[in-house]
Amino acid sequence: MRRQAQRALPAVQEPTKKTLHWPRRRWLTAAMSTTAALAWPARGQLRVEISGVGATQIPVALAPFREESQVGVALAAIIKADLERSGAFRVIDGEAGLDERSTVDLPAWRGRGADALVAGSVLRLADGRFDVRYKLWDAVRGDQLLGQSKVVLQADLRLAAHRVADEIHERLTGDKGVFATRIAYVLRTGKRYTLHVTDPDGEGGQVALASPESIISPAWSPDGKKLAYVSFETQKAAVWVQDVTTGERRMVANFRGSNSAPAWSPDGQRLVVTLSQGGPAQLHTVPVAGGAPTRLTTSNAIDTEAVYSPDGRHVYFVSDRGGGPQVYRIAATGGAVERITFTGDYNISPSISPDGKQLAYITRQAGAFRLMLLEVGATAPVPLTDTRDDESPSFAPNGRLIVYATRAPGGDVLMTTTLDGKIKTRLLSTGADMREPAWGPFGR
Amino acid sequence: MKHFTFRTLSLVSMMAVLAACESPSKVAPTAAVPVETRSPVVSAAAAGGTSAGAATATGTPQSGVSTVNLTPRSGAGAGGAAAGSALMAAPTQRVVYFDFDSFVIKNEFQGLLDGHAKVLTRTSGKRMVIEGHTDERGGREYNLALGQKRAESVLKSLSLLGAPEAQLEAVSFGEERPAASGADETAWSRNRRAELKDR
Repeated sequence: MRRQAQRALPAVQEPTKKTLHWPRRRWLTAAMSTTAALAWPARGQLRVEISGVGATQIPVALAPFREESQVGVALAAIIKADLERSGAFRVIDGEAGLDERSTVDLPAWRGRGADALVAGSVLRLADGRFDVRYKLWDAVRGDQLLGQSKVVLQADLRLAAHRVADEIHERLTGDKGVFATRIAYVLRTGKRYTLHVTDPDGEGGQVALASPESIISPAWSPDGKKLAYVSFETQKAAVWVQDVTTGERRMVANFRGSNSAPAWSPDGQRLVVTLSQGGPAQLHTVPVAGGAPTRLTTSNAIDTEAVYSPDGRHVYFVSDRGGGPQVYRIAATGGAVERITFTGDYNISPSISPDGKQLAYITRQAGAFRLMLLEVGATAPVPLTDTRDDESPSFAPNGRLIVYATRAPGGDVLMTTTLDGKIKTRLLSTGADMREPAWGPFGR
Repeated sequence: MKHFTFRTLSLVSMMAVLAACESPSKVAPTAAVPVETRSPVVSAAAAGGTSAGAATATGTPQSGVSTVNLTPRSGAGAGGAAAGSALMAAPTQRVVYFDFDSFVIKNEFQGLLDGHAKVLTRTSGKRMVIEGHTDERGGREYNLALGQKRAESVLKSLSLLGAPEAQLEAVSFGEERPAASGADETAWSRNRRAELKDR
C-alpha cells in the first residue's frame, strides 16, 4: 500500500501525553484497495473476516510475542484482530524474534510502512502465572510510547491480549479500546437456547444460562455484573435478572400477560420494562430490587423496546401509535412524547450511543431489515449495511462500533461495524444461530 | 418384551404430543450446548517445564461466568388435557389463525371460540391460557407485543361469549415458537395464530 499524502506530525511529542490524535493529522490513501478480506487459519479457531477499508488507518507493525506458542495462546493474533476490528488500524505482520527488550531499528520499520511497532513476550513464572510484557514504539519519532507488564493466570491470557490491544488503541487514537469488554448474546441450537458471554471477538465464550425455552433481549447492568433478560421458561415471557459471576437469578417482572424488553437506568437502580397486563404493551419502570411497577407511557398502542439515554433523562422507545412502529422519546419521569424517526414506515430496535447523540436502529424497507444510524435531531438516517436481515444493534461503550445480528448463508451471525459502515467484522461463529447481542460496559 | 416396551413408549409419546400441542418441525440434536471451537490451552508444565518444583497458580480467573442449567419441565399439561376433554367434550380445535398484521378474529373461528367459552362458563375451575404467535418477519420484541394483541383479542372474544376472564390469561411467544419453518406465505400463515391450552 503506497502512501501518497503528506503526513504532518505534531511538532512536539510528549511521551507522557496521554493522547496522540494521529488520525486527525495524517491521511492514508488506502482507497486503491477495495477489500481487505482477511481470514487466517492460525490454529483454526480465530477467524476474523474484515471487509471494507477505512479512510484513516494507522499502520502498526506487530510481531508474534516471544514464547506465545509455548503457552498456546496466540497473543499477537488476538491483538492484531482487535486492532483491525476497531477500524482504526492496519496491522503489518512482523517476524518472530522480537520482544520488548529488543533493540529495534525503527527507521527500518518506518521504511516498511509502519508508523508504530509492538513487540512483546510472555513468560511463565515460578508460581504458575504468566507475565505478559510489551512495548509500543513510535516509528516516526523514533521513541517508546508504552511499556507494560501484566501478570495473569493462564485462564486470563486472552484477556491480557485484549487489554494490550485496548492500551495500544487508547495511546494511538485517544479513545478507549473495547476489546477487554464482553458481549452477551443468545445461541439457538435445535431446541436449546443458551445465553453466552464472550469477548468481543466471539472467543472465550461462557454460558450464563442454558434453557429449553427461548431467551431474548439480554441487557447488561451499568456495572457489568448482571444481565437482565426475557426467558420463556415458565411458558410465558418474564423478565429475570442474573448475577453473571455467581449465577444467582430472580424474576423481576412476572405480571399477567407478557413481561419483556428490559433496560437499565444509568444508576443501575431501575429497569424499564414492557408489560401487557391485559392491554397493549406499555412501558413501566420497576425497581431492580423488586417492587410495584410505575407506568411510564400511556397510549392505546404498542410501546416497547425502551432504552435510557446515557444521562438518564430520557427513554427512547418504539411505538406504533402513529400506525407503523417508530422510535420516540419520553422524559424519564414521564410526560410529552417526541417522535425521533421519520424516514420509512417501520423503525424498531433503538440503541443509543454513549454520548447520547447517535441512534442505531433497524428499518424495514421493501421487506429488507437494515441497520441505520441517525444523528438524534436530524432527519436523514444513514444505512450501515447492505444486508437484508439485520437485527438488534448495540453500541460499544466507546461509541465507535456497533454489534448486530444478521443472516448469512449457514445461519444467523454477529457482526461489528464502524460507524461509517466501512469496516465490518464477523464474530467467531460456531455454526449455530447467534442473535440478540448486547455489548457490555467498560470495567469488566 | 420389546413389543410391550414399544407400545408403552408410543403411548407415552402420544400423550406428550397431545400435551405439547405444537412443536417446531425441526429435529433437535441431543447435545445441549454447542461445542466451542477453541483449542485447549497447552499447560506450560506439560510442554517440558523444569521439574516437579514448578507450582501451579490457583485462583479465580477474572470475570468468570457461572452457568445456570434449566431442564425441560416434565409432564406439563399432560394431566389437564386428558381430564378436561373426557368430561366436557371441549372442542378439539384449539388454534385461531390471523391475517398478516391483523388481530381480527375471522368469522370461521367463532364456532370454536363459542365452544370453548361454553366449557369455561360451565366449569368454574377450568383455567386456560391463550398463547399468541406471529410469523418470523420483523423484530422479536415488537412481534412479542403483536402476538400479545392476538391473544388478547381471543380473550376478549371469549369474555364477550360469557367466559369468566379470571379463568383466562393471554400470553405471547412472538416469533419464538413457530409451528412451521420456512420463509414463505405457507409457513407464515401457519405461524400467525393464537392457541388455546388448558392449564
